[in-house]
Amino acid sequence: MIRLVPNHADRIRRTAEVTFHFDGTTLPGCEGETLIAALMRAGVLHLRNAPHDGAPRGGFCAMGLCQECMVRVDGQVVEACRVTVTPGLQVARL
Amino acid sequence: MTAADVDIAVLGAGPAGSTAALAAAQAGLRVALLDEQDAPGGQVWRAKSAAILSAPHTPESKAGAALRQAVADSSIMLHPATRVWQIARTGDGWQIDTLRDGATDSLTATRLIIASGAREVVQPLPGWTTPGVIGLAGATALFKQNLTVPGARTVVAGTGPLVFYVASEIRRLGGTVAAVVTPNTRRDWAGSLPAMLGKPALVARGALWVADLMLSGVPVLWGHQVTAVEGDTRVSRITAQSVTGASTHNFAADSLCLGNGLMPQVEAAQMLGVPLHHDAALGGWVPACSDDGVTPVAGLYLCGDGTGIRGADAAVHHGRLCGLRAAADAGCTSGHAMDIARRNWRRAARFGLAMTALSRPTPALAQLASDDTIICRCESLTRRDILAEIGSGATSTNAVKSGLRAGMGPCGGKYCQTSVARLIAAETGVTEGAVPPPTPRPPLRPVPVAAAAGQFDYDDLPIPKPAPL
Ligand SMILES: Cc1cc2nc3c(=O)[nH]c(=O)nc-3n(C[C@H](O)[C@@H](O)[C@H](O)COP(=O)(O)OP(=O)(O)OC[C@H]3O[C@@H](n4cnc5c(N)ncnc54)[C@H](O)[C@@H]3O)c2cc1C
Ligand code: FES
Repeated sequence: MIRLVPNHADRIRRTAEVTFHFDGTTLPGCEGETLIAALMRAGVLHLRNAPHDGAPRGGFCAMGLCQECMVRVDGQVVEACRVTVTPGLQVARL
Repeated sequence: MTAADVDIAVLGAGPAGSTAALAAAQAGLRVALLDEQDAPGGQVWRAKSAAILSAPHTPESKAGAALRQAVADSSIMLHPATRVWQIARTGDGWQIDTLRDGATDSLTATRLIIASGAREVVQPLPGWTTPGVIGLAGATALFKQNLTVPGARTVVAGTGPLVFYVASEIRRLGGTVAAVVTPNTRRDWAGSLPAMLGKPALVARGALWVADLMLSGVPVLWGHQVTAVEGDTRVSRITAQSVTGASTHNFAADSLCLGNGLMPQVEAAQMLGVPLHHDAALGGWVPACSDDGVTPVAGLYLCGDGTGIRGADAAVHHGRLCGLRAAADAGCTSGHAMDIARRNWRRAARFGLAMTALSRPTPALAQLASDDTIICRCESLTRRDILAEIGSGATSTNAVKSGLRAGMGPCGGKYCQTSVARLIAAETGVTEGAVPPPTPRPPLRPVPVAAAAGQFDYDDLPIPKPAPL
């Protein structure tokens, strides 16, 4: 297949993989990356349930505005799109 | 009055704000540059996260690196990772209240330049709140910061050039594009060719993205729109239809990037008393200011996409023009530099405005939401709820807000107010510009309860007070 836009995936070097926890499961991530990206790569998009109808929601704006990516990290409610991954981070769905 | 901390504070370290800060600092002024991001660059040139050790360069990463270097080499006092949540007059100057790492602080400045940029507009459609649906512009933030794609198979949908950029970035980063769906037709694009010819390099880049998609067999559906998203805890299927309704296509996909252009972030300027007017060609409500960014409010200047969506190139020149103007008002002379910046800005704006015109949501998109479609994501309010409130006499976004709390959730109405205004306009038979813009309230940015550890309570979020009608 002809590609005019090259695939650069193999040329991206990331920090060493660490693990963190999301609702009891252990997931891989790279230290210093944005939590929402690590969750996405791990296939976790459902980050919370909407307060009124309980419907599943996940990150939407990726820029800290919509508040759809709120999760509980080490006991605090934060935006997954503005928090970075550290080894052993405890993340829970709201 | 005690002296201000700095001569000029600049809110927003995107291309506009950073360039304005550089111009003012080079003129010899004490300049502070504040941004909630960890490094300058703004939306278009957002910096990589610390997790990326190295990666191939892109035009965006190169321009961003050059800007960050220029700021680092200057006398600018950079305040990264700093959220500005409130601004108020103090004497003749300004007090800027900030939040950084959960701690509040403040800074005073004689003059203030606001370069708060844009945010995206997403037209609600059935299923758009399903996890895996992300904003089209928001997706670019993921790419630039984390070099991560939203899923294994992504449909990319929306208006303007961004669909092709996002699709090509997904391919570059190793993802798979299931389809590109855009309401624009090839004819729409041909119509903007005259304005585009001024930027041949950008046209060539766009043509390469489209050619790559075609050659690799990715379906590109011109004149189509996504009409429904299926999935429970994540996207599973996307339906697209031609704008005329003649043909329907289904795609298996686990993610959707969806967006319909950008709107200026005007809340800070509006809160400080700058009048707004509606100009669809500029992306919606825009604040009153001269070409140089001078506003009717003394000591307050504006530049970049926050004054109208003209794009990144224009933002650079506008920033320089505005920074030089503020420096001139502070007594520093700049010779012909302002004239040059103004000329460059006008030229760049021509291209940017053509892209804005292509990015505007088409009227058909407004019809996509069904009665059960959520309009206000924070409060889970559907189109039916909003229509009922309009039916009982709410004819402004503020009235819908106080009746229903639409727009009073933690996002502060940033993602529903345009849709609510469009519904009001359609129901009451007026133009969108005749529906008054919502009254902004601090906090300007969400102030998460991070500081308040412990039990999460939705009502603890600093939700804006109801606006006066
Ligand atoms: C999500 C997104 C992605 C985009 N991606 C592209 C792209 O890939 N290519 C392209 O050509 N154009 C893109 N654009 C268009 C964008 O508007 C550019 O034209 C350009 O970035 C505008 O420059 P600017 O300096 O005016 O604003 P911006 O670059 O948006 O910069 C504004 C800055 O202000 C900061 N800010 C705003 N409010 C506050 C506050 N209260 N406290 C602290 N900081 C604050 C923001 O963090 C941001 O860094 C994008 C827009 C958005 C919204
Ligand atoms: S995705 Fe919108 S705030 Fe994080």
